[in-house]
Amino acid sequence: MTLTLEELQQIARIEQDRREGFQHRIHICTAAGCLSCQSGLVKEAMQKEVGRRGLENWVEVKGVGCLGLCTAGPLVAIEPQGVLYQAVKVADVGPILDALGGSPVEHLHCPTDIPFFTRQHKLVLANCGQIDPERIEDYIAQGGYEALYNALRNMTPRNVIEEITRSGLRGRGGAGYPTGLKWTTVSKAVSDVKFVVCNADEGDPGAFMDRSVLESDPHRVLEGMAIAAYAIGANHGYIYVRAEYPLAVKRLRTAIAQAQRFGVLGNGIFNTRFRFDVEVRLGAGAFVCGEETALIASIEGRLGKPRPRPPYPAESGLWGHPTLINNVETFANVAPIIRNGGQWFAGIGTEKSKGTKVFALAGRVNHTGLIEVPMGTMLREIVFDIGGGIPDGGKFKAVQTGGPSGGCIPEQHLDMPVDYDSLAQVGSIMGSGGMIVMDQSSCMVDVAKFFMEFCMSESCGKCVPCRVGTTQIYNQLCKITGGRSKASDLDLLEELCDLVKNTALCGLGQTAPNPVLSTLRFFRDEYMAHISDKRCPANTCKMVAAKEDV
Amino acid sequence: MQQSEAAPQIAEKPSKPAEDRRWRLVNRTMRVNGYQPDALIETLHTVQESFGFIDTDAMEYVASELKVPLSRVYAVATFYHYFTLKPPGEHTCVVCLGTACYIGGSAAILDDIQAQFKLHPGETTADGRVSLLTARCLGSCGLAPAAVFDGEVAGKLNSPAVLERIRRWTDHDTDS
Repeated sequence: MTLTLEELQQIARIEQDRREGFQHRIHICTAAGCLSCQSGLVKEAMQKEVGRRGLENWVEVKGVGCLGLCTAGPLVAIEPQGVLYQAVKVADVGPILDALGGSPVEHLHCPTDIPFFTRQHKLVLANCGQIDPERIEDYIAQGGYEALYNALRNMTPRNVIEEITRSGLRGRGGAGYPTGLKWTTVSKAVSDVKFVVCNADEGDPGAFMDRSVLESDPHRVLEGMAIAAYAIGANHGYIYVRAEYPLAVKRLRTAIAQAQRFGVLGNGIFNTRFRFDVEVRLGAGAFVCGEETALIASIEGRLGKPRPRPPYPAESGLWGHPTLINNVETFANVAPIIRNGGQWFAGIGTEKSKGTKVFALAGRVNHTGLIEVPMGTMLREIVFDIGGGIPDGGKFKAVQTGGPSGGCIPEQHLDMPVDYDSLAQVGSIMGSGGMIVMDQSSCMVDVAKFFMEFCMSESCGKCVPCRVGTTQIYNQLCKITGGRSKASDLDLLEELCDLVKNTALCGLGQTAPNPVLSTLRFFRDEYMAHISDKRCPANTCKMVAAKEDV
Repeated sequence: MQQSEAAPQIAEKPSKPAEDRRWRLVNRTMRVNGYQPDALIETLHTVQESFGFIDTDAMEYVASELKVPLSRVYAVATFYHYFTLKPPGEHTCVVCLGTACYIGGSAAILDDIQAQFKLHPGETTADGRVSLLTARCLGSCGLAPAAVFDGEVAGKLNSPAVLERIRRWTDHDTDS
């Protein structure tokens, strides 16, 4: 089956009419966060109760993607009134239905005029919490696949790349490589066979943006991949997803099957000669597979070990063919750019970082959850306004961005815009978007040790600097937190970090020292307290006991 | 668990008994992927999903079917953390050690489990009832600290709650 534009618009219209036919639409969050607080049961109970009251034609009960404020789950939104309920239990189903059309249930009501909701700018997450991720019609009703139609029917591959270049979009996986440039390189590579790969191996601990996008709006990613494939001349794509995200995998597979049935994937899409298929490949719990050459090795069924670059995957990737690898969020930005134009996208954000960024805000902060803000938003605004500050009267100490490759940013740098370059200046990175807030109860040396332990055990073992270096750094940190080190050890630690950073083969090793370096830079006094006073200022390190032994 | 009944059949080679549903699933994965060597990881996923773990026998079978050296199958099965070569306990508890959970105190929970049940991550109790595992990040950071009990994610945990749930499993009288 291939669709014409009229048919696509008709599907959208029917779906919109269907929606308007309901007086109330009850959106129940069924993303992983809320599901683990039993939102699935709430949905079932709600459907049953609506049926029992004979309200099926008036009230729609719909499972939707992430509503954002994960900490207050399960979340339920009543549309079109825009009422949001938090911590909903099965027993609350009756009262919520009673209150439809009247004033909201007081004890469940979650105000939506707080900065957490009002300061966000939803672009990638525009459909999250709005559509049922398991129904393609719902995505089409939001204008889905129209961008693909436009690209295929009204634009040349070159036009598409120009539009992406004009938008200034940069890779959302962490490094921030200009997307337009990457697409240009792959499109220029001469080969009959090319591949598009979506990197959904979100291994950073503390990051769940990609998972939320895949669980909440999988078609957006597929559409972005299809547009990319058209632009660079590929006919086959892979999505490499962590096996730890079973729900995302399931919804992706459903989405692919639906897209094939509707003819927006497969042969002769929109009556053109363009064909494109997507396959899901499961990761198997190796952090290093987020590195592009390791990811390629893993898709090929081999050990996920990186190889030296060049050649870059853009020239020689999967099975030696030119391969375009972009992150989930990068692909999710593509359809809106094609729909609204690169100029529009370039109008959002800062001079060098365009568009928005999705962050997974967690740790010692009142409002944990998924947020999306324009690039250039102040860090303080994210932590204290959107995040609602530190709970239990705690005192802000640092915010960690970029996971094991990033750094800890202290209070004096809170008035800093969040963009690729500003974060790099203070020794951190944008990373894929994990943002962990810490208060006085976290020991920064222990935090550095935590990340180093991670890198040490995730090192693939191929190159010596990373395999041996991360272990040596970890041992040094253990000595410090155990109260067994002397001042000169800090020099050794810095020397080790420098060595690993400059000689490791891939990004994992090259960035592994970042958490140590950034804490050394901003929290050196804590290291000194451990070394000279044998004291842990945050009282978390076990050396307190060790000291008593002395 | 039908493990013990299936064991003698597993020994038969080269083809796996078609009447065992679990092997049929494995065969299906290989067939769908055209018996290509690059289907190795996908196939091992199916083996683990069907049997709970990957044993030498399964590795030998997959190696011969996909025409991949056994050494490579073993390398892949041991390289990736998600694969396990040991049979899991009756119940599994996976404690998340992601950053948010770590900030939320998951290390202390793990210490308490170790102290109470003499159970270290990656181990199974002597009676085979409970396995303790750790995860790098469940992605349930909004609910930190989180853990998975027999496939069900639970959030905002503390030590007493986790210990209580494990105790319910180890307690032989109440089999829940």
